Amino acid sequence: MRLEIQGLTKRFGSFTANDSIDLVVEPGEIHCLLGENGAGKSTLMNMLYGLLAPDEGQVVLDGTPVSFSTPADAIDAGIGMVHQHFMLVPVFTVAENVMLGREKTRTMGVLNRAEAAETVRELSARYKLAVDPDAIVETLPVGVQQRVEILKALANNAEVLILDEPTAVLTPQEIDELMSIMASLRDNGTSIVFITHKLREVKAIGDKITVIRRGKVVGTTGPSTSESELAQMMVGREVKLVVDKADADIGDVVLEAKNLTVIDARGTTVVDDVSFSVRAGEVLGIAGVQGNGQTELIKALLGLIRPAAGEIFLDGRNISGHGPRQSLDAGIGYVPEDRSHDGFVGSFSVRENLILDLYTTQAFCTGIALKPAAIADNARQRIEEFDIRTRDMDTPVASLSGGNQQKVVVARELSRDLKVLIASQPTRGVDVGSIEFIHNRIVAERDAGTAVIIVSTELEEVFGLSDRIAVMYDGRIVDIVSPDIRRDEIGLLMAGAGSSETT
Amino acid sequence: MSETSHSGGAGPTPTPASAPSPQAGSPGSQGFASYLPTVTVTLASILLALVIGAVLIIVSDDQVIESSSYIFSYPWDALSAAAEAVQESYWALVSGSVGSWAAITATLERAAPLISAGLAVALAFRAGMFNIGAQGQLIIGAICAAYVGFTYDLPPVVHVLAALLAGLAGGAVWGGIIGFLKARTGAHEVITTIMLNYVALSILTWALTKNAFQQPGSNNPRSEKVDDHATFPDIFGVHIGILLALLAAAGVWWLLERSTVGFEMRAVGANSEASRTAGMSVAKVYTLAMVVAGLLAGLAGTQQVLGHEDSLTANFSGSIGFDAITVALLGRATPLGTVLAGLLFGALSVGGTAMQASTASTPLALTQVLQALIVLFVAAPALVKAVFRMSAAEEGGTVQAKGWNS
Repeated sequence: MRLEIQGLTKRFGSFTANDSIDLVVEPGEIHCLLGENGAGKSTLMNMLYGLLAPDEGQVVLDGTPVSFSTPADAIDAGIGMVHQHFMLVPVFTVAENVMLGREKTRTMGVLNRAEAAETVRELSARYKLAVDPDAIVETLPVGVQQRVEILKALANNAEVLILDEPTAVLTPQEIDELMSIMASLRDNGTSIVFITHKLREVKAIGDKITVIRRGKVVGTTGPSTSESELAQMMVGREVKLVVDKADADIGDVVLEAKNLTVIDARGTTVVDDVSFSVRAGEVLGIAGVQGNGQTELIKALLGLIRPAAGEIFLDGRNISGHGPRQSLDAGIGYVPEDRSHDGFVGSFSVRENLILDLYTTQAFCTGIALKPAAIADNARQRIEEFDIRTRDMDTPVASLSGGNQQKVVVARELSRDLKVLIASQPTRGVDVGSIEFIHNRIVAERDAGTAVIIVSTELEEVFGLSDRIAVMYDGRIVDIVSPDIRRDEIGLLMAGAGSSETT
Repeated sequence: MSETSHSGGAGPTPTPASAPSPQAGSPGSQGFASYLPTVTVTLASILLALVIGAVLIIVSDDQVIESSSYIFSYPWDALSAAAEAVQESYWALVSGSVGSWAAITATLERAAPLISAGLAVALAFRAGMFNIGAQGQLIIGAICAAYVGFTYDLPPVVHVLAALLAGLAGGAVWGGIIGFLKARTGAHEVITTIMLNYVALSILTWALTKNAFQQPGSNNPRSEKVDDHATFPDIFGVHIGILLALLAAAGVWWLLERSTVGFEMRAVGANSEASRTAGMSVAKVYTLAMVVAGLLAGLAGTQQVLGHEDSLTANFSGSIGFDAITVALLGRATPLGTVLAGLLFGALSVGGTAMQASTASTPLALTQVLQALIVLFVAAPALVKAVFRMSAAEEGGTVQAKGWNS
C-alpha cells in the first residue's frame, strides 16, 4: 500500500508539534523516521493512527484521501501500529491476544481458540516470526512480546506497519532478530514506517530516511548517507559521534569488590563470585547482554541490595554493610539504569529533583528547615551548566524529554564531590545531542580523578568510554579486556564463551 | 525487584503528546497524585452539586407539588413556587452558616475538627498512604484528652495544655501503630486503619462502662464532665479549636513544603523507589508520617471533647473521621485546600439545620446530598468536564482530547 502524508500540521496551543509534514512511503519499503526526542515523530504517527486529529493536511492511501477519527478506522484502512509500550493482556495467551477485539466464535458464543491459534501459526510461518500461540504473554521475553504485537497488526491485515521506537526495549540480539523480521515483512510487500533515533539501525535497515527536526521535515535521503551527516540533520549542528578523550591518568585503587555474590528473592544466584577493582581516573566499562547480573551488581555496590557474600572496599575501607545513604555520603555517585523508576521523582520539579539526594547537606538545610534560596540557586546553576532544556525550574521532570530527564540525574550526581561514579545505561533513550554531552561530562569526571564504572548494553558506548572492559555473562565477570579488543571477540565473551579468568 | 519489566523506564516520552502508558497505574512510580482533582474541577463540581440540589429542592417542595397539579392553567404559580423554594432554601443555608456572628462561630466550631482530621488524611496522602483511620485516631485522642481533663486537678492553662498534649499523644500513638506495621511488615494501611477504627470504637464503648470514665450514678454511656480548667477558652465567642486547626494547617504546610522531613514524605509518596535510591529510609518516612497524621487526628478528637462538647459520649465523634477523607480529597491534599474544604463542609452542616428550620423546611438530608454530590463529581472529573465542555487538553491529557471535543 502506498502511504502519502500531505502537509500534516498539528498545534498544541501556541506550540506547533508538526509543521506541514510531507512523507511518501512506497509499497514494500522500510521508511525510517529519524529525529530527536520531542521532534514530533510520535505526534505524526498518532495522527496517522487516528489518535490525534490533524489541524491541516491529509493522509492519502493508494491515491484515496482518508481521515481517521479512531484507531479502529486506521486499522480498518490497513494501518497497524506497534507502540513502544505494548498493548497486550499479560495473562492471556499469544493467540488470545491476537484475536482480542475480533474474536471468532462457535455456536452459543463459545470462543474459537483453535482457529485463533491456527491464524497465529500461519502468520508466523509466512513471516518467519517464531511464536508459540499457546504461550502466556507475561512469561515471554520482551522481544517475543513485540513479535506478538506485530502479529496482532498482521492479523488485522495491516499493509502499513508503524513501529514506534521498537528497539528501545530490546537487547542487541533481539534487535538483530527484529531487523530480519522487518526485512521479511518488506519482502512480502508490507510498507514499514520505522521510528527511531538510532543512526546505526537506520543505516542497517532503511530504504529511505526522512529526518524530522522541531516538527519539520529536514530532508529525505537514502541509507548511503553517513552517520555524521544524519546526526547533523537531526540535531541541526555538527555532532561528534566518537567520544573525544585523552589517555587515562590512572591513580590508586578506589573501589574494590571481592568475591561478591548476590542471590535474588527466587533463590537464583544472579551475581556469582565477582571481583574487580576500579582506579582513580579510569573508566571501567561493564559490557554484557541485559539480565546477566549487571543490574544486581550495581545495586549491591550502592547498598540497595545486600550481597549474600563478598566484600566491597572504598579507599581501602570496608563498606559492605552500607545502605544507600551511607554509600552516597561516602562519595559514590549513582545514575540508575531506569531513571523514571529509580532516578527521579516525576511529579517533582527540576529544582527538587536536583537535590533529591542532597537535601540533607549543609548547603541546602539548617536543621530540618530547607533553604529555598540556596535550592533555587543550585537549580539555576545546574540548568545552565548542563544545558537542561526546561521551561523553568518548577517544571515537573516527568514532562521533560528523556535526554533532559537524564541530564537532571547526571547533573545532580556530578554536583557532589565524588570518589566513584557508577552510571548504568547513562544514555538509554537519550537523543544524539544529549548523548554527546553526557559522554563528555563522564569523561571530564574521569579526568578529574574520579573512578568511573559504566554499565551499558550498547557496545558503542562501552567501547567509546572505557579504559578497561569487564564482560559479564550469567552473573560472572568472564573476562576483563582492553577496549582494543575486536568486536567479534567481545561478542563471543558476551555470549558466554569465556577465555582466561582474570581479575 | 530484580527483574522488573522494561516498560517503566526506557520509554523516551515526547513532550507534547505523551502516549497513555498501560502500566501507569503502579503506585510506586506514580503516587496518588493522579486521584486529586484540579481547582477548576473542584469549583465546577460544587456548582454542579448546587444545581442538582436546586432540582431536588423543587421536586420536594410542598408548594411546588401543590401548584404543579394545575401547572397547565397557571404555569406561573409552579415556576414562582419553585424559584421561591430554591431561593429560600439556599438563602437559609447561607445565612444560617455565615449570616450572623452566631452562625459564623457555629460554622467555625464545626469546621475545626474537620480541618484537623482532614489534615491527618492529607498529610498521609502526600506520603503515599490512604489514611482511612482518622476516625480511630481521633477517638483515642479524645479518650486520652478527656481522661486527663476530668481525672486530674491541675491549675488553669496547665490543665488544658496537659489535656491537649494527651490528646495529641493518643492520636499519634494510634497512627504510629499503622505506620510501624506498614514499615516493618508491609501491612497495607487501608486494612489496618479500618480495623483499628473498630478497635478504637470498642475501646470507647468499653471505657464508658467503667468507673474510671462513666459519670458517677448514671448508666448512660457518658463520661464525667471535663474540668473547667481543661476546656478550650473562647475568643470572640469561638473556642480556640479553630485557631489550633489553622495553626496546624500552617504547620503542615511548612512541614511539607519547607522542611527536609516533608521533602522526604512527598518524595516517598510520589516515587518510593527513587526515594530509596536517593538514600531515604522509606520505612522511617511511613512511620513518621503516620505519627504526625495521628497527632493531627488526635487534635480533632481533642477539639470535640474539650471544645465542642464537655464530656466523652459514645457517639461524640459522629462521622468526622470519615468526612475528613472527603475534605482532604476535595482540598487536593494541600493544607490550604483542606482548610477551605473543611470550612465549606462546616458551613453546609451548620447551614443545613437552618435550612430545615426555614419556611421552605428543606430537609437537613439535602446538605448531605450536596456533600455527596460534590465528592462524586470530584471523583469523576471526566463527567464534570463533559458537562462544562472543558477541554481536556488544558489539563494536560492531549491524547484523549478528541474524546471531549468531537
